Amino acid sequence: MAPALQGLLTIVIGISVCIGYFLGSNLLLDTLFPPRGPRAGRNINIANMVRPWLFLFPAMFALGLYLAYPVVETLRLSLTERVPGGGYVWAGLDNYIQMANEPKFWEAIINNMLWLLVVPGLATVFGLLAAQLTDRIKWGNIAKSIIFMPMAISFVGASVIWKLVYDARPAGQEQIGILNAIVVALGGQPETWLTIPFWNNFFLMAVLVWIQTGFAMVILSAALRGIPEETIEAAIVDGANPMQIFFKIKVPQIKGTIMVVWTTTTIIVLKIFDIVFAMTNGQWGTQVLANYMYAKLFVARDWGVGSASAIVIMVLVLPILVWNVRNARKEMN
Amino acid sequence: MKNIAGQKPALLWATHLAVAFMVILWIIPTFGLLVSSFRTGDQISTSGWWKSLFATEQVEGFRIASPEDQVQEGDLYVIEGNVFTDGGAEANTLSAWGTSSRDVSAYAPGDVAELRDGGTITIAENGDYRLENSEPFEGSRGERVFGTVSEPPTFTLENYDRVLFSGSSTDGMQKAFLNTMTVTIPATVIPILIAAFAAYALAWMDFPGRALLIAGVVALLVVPLQLALIPLLKLHLNIGIGKGYMGVWLAHTGFGLPMAVYLLRNYIAGLPRDIIENARVDGATEFQIFTRIILPLSFPALASFAIFQFLWTWNDLLVAKVFLIDASGQTTVMTNQIVELMGTRGGDWEILATAAFVSIAVPLLVFFFMQKYLVRGLLAGSVK
Repeated sequence: MAPALQGLLTIVIGISVCIGYFLGSNLLLDTLFPPRGPRAGRNINIANMVRPWLFLFPAMFALGLYLAYPVVETLRLSLTERVPGGGYVWAGLDNYIQMANEPKFWEAIINNMLWLLVVPGLATVFGLLAAQLTDRIKWGNIAKSIIFMPMAISFVGASVIWKLVYDARPAGQEQIGILNAIVVALGGQPETWLTIPFWNNFFLMAVLVWIQTGFAMVILSAALRGIPEETIEAAIVDGANPMQIFFKIKVPQIKGTIMVVWTTTTIIVLKIFDIVFAMTNGQWGTQVLANYMYAKLFVARDWGVGSASAIVIMVLVLPILVWNVRNARKEMN
Repeated sequence: MKNIAGQKPALLWATHLAVAFMVILWIIPTFGLLVSSFRTGDQISTSGWWKSLFATEQVEGFRIASPEDQVQEGDLYVIEGNVFTDGGAEANTLSAWGTSSRDVSAYAPGDVAELRDGGTITIAENGDYRLENSEPFEGSRGERVFGTVSEPPTFTLENYDRVLFSGSSTDGMQKAFLNTMTVTIPATVIPILIAAFAAYALAWMDFPGRALLIAGVVALLVVPLQLALIPLLKLHLNIGIGKGYMGVWLAHTGFGLPMAVYLLRNYIAGLPRDIIENARVDGATEFQIFTRIILPLSFPALASFAIFQFLWTWNDLLVAKVFLIDASGQTTVMTNQIVELMGTRGGDWEILATAAFVSIAVPLLVFFFMQKYLVRGLLAGSVK
């Protein structure tokens, strides 16, 4: 069967099964415990206790199977070793020790830290700048659309776009990458940007900053608009200049939102894979954790070390996870 | 209040300039690739894409038709022709010409020049030339002339034709495009319904453990999907799904659910309490409340999530690589096809640029037409 047809069929079956399940299980509950008759009161109570779980079951099952169980299973795999011929044996911390002895792993950790230092900060600052500036001009909405646009572009697409920007031809030839063209026009020598050790990381980061700035701008722009006018009016009456208004009145009031943007971008950075995979595949000292893990899992086929590196990513995400959960609970109470 | 700062014209100008600078910086990379996708491989590799937007001027050498082609008009021997005929570019124009390589722009179009071997030559702006001589032209080769030629920008749709319709398994995106659609649509539709029911329960039903479940969803929101790859691949292989569409649909559904539940719960919890309580008092069942009231009212949130999930599944590489693409290569998706093109045809920018743009085009359309919902979803979906 053609995959497209199979897809259509899956949509139809998927939706029918969903509707069938919700409709059927609710009907069944109402038949078993009818809200009328001599025991109506007790039946209603029982039905009200069960019904939320009927509504929740498919989602909770999928979440449990596809996200919660893998965390535990990956942790287990990271402590085991596959033996030839099938089966697993307990390996303790061997995988972690093996990983710690690989220079590529430390390269990935250091690069990831660099990414963490640079990308969330730059994306937030540019986003804040764009939000503040575009709010004041007539064509601000068009400008916002353009800055926001890279959000829709895949990491792979963005990698192609930026590879053309960074393209390098030998000196003396006509440059077709715009970055080298500018450098040559200013009297410099063309460089193969993606192979310069250490600095090439920053050229990869630029791609993610380019993508994430729009996200930061949209969220921060909404927050800036939500600032009560009176606070700004009061500052103006007191003779504050625009810089002071921005840094001393506006920014402190949207600190919470800035943190949200920062942490969201941080999570994306920790998982960054496609850009590095497509542009350098971790060569020339650009390895990052997610790509290191991919290489371990699907190239070297070492599931133990691969799982161990996935756990490292999880551990790095953990503080943000805890912070998010605490905030969400605070907000609900 | 916002015009207070704008009252200083200098500051307003600075703002305009700063925004313009940022916009240009943000649009140029994409624009460069778009322009490149309409150029031939030769054009891309010999000049920067920004040059293709303007007419190019360069000095070229031409050879006039040989004396064998001369005709006799009365008592004059004449050779006529057009210098551009072999180039085939009809829109080219000549701004200056010369008969010697030492002075290539000695004459303006229409001027008459003396030839060294006797006779005169004139070349018009459109490249037509006419040589006249009272005696027959001699020799076997034509005269050599030089001209400053300005070529207008030329673009071609050939790349798109090749990428979309050639059916070539290496360059073609046809199959990958269909496969991407096949992955994306079910993976976008299925989670919505599942998540909507759960979101309603989490928002408006009272049961023990509700707060804990919500906290759980918030926690799962940030769990890196890298952790799920191996255990789920093992699971899929064990239960017989293997690598294929079913696996990738299930995986995308699972990975999309935390966002879906979180976003929809926030929205549904914000619906007016009166509507729901009135319906309950009137004897509507929870199922009826959900289908008749909650679903229609939540349309904006459903649309937001659908756009997110669509962009995310369309643009995904990792999940497709792990759960879908097998050794046969029949189920490749566009992102994967592009990465492979980058490896095998890294220098062929015309194919790479076009393939990338084919894959980018659909999300960009969705983006520009549904930006409102996208922004709304972003604002509701970022954990506050």
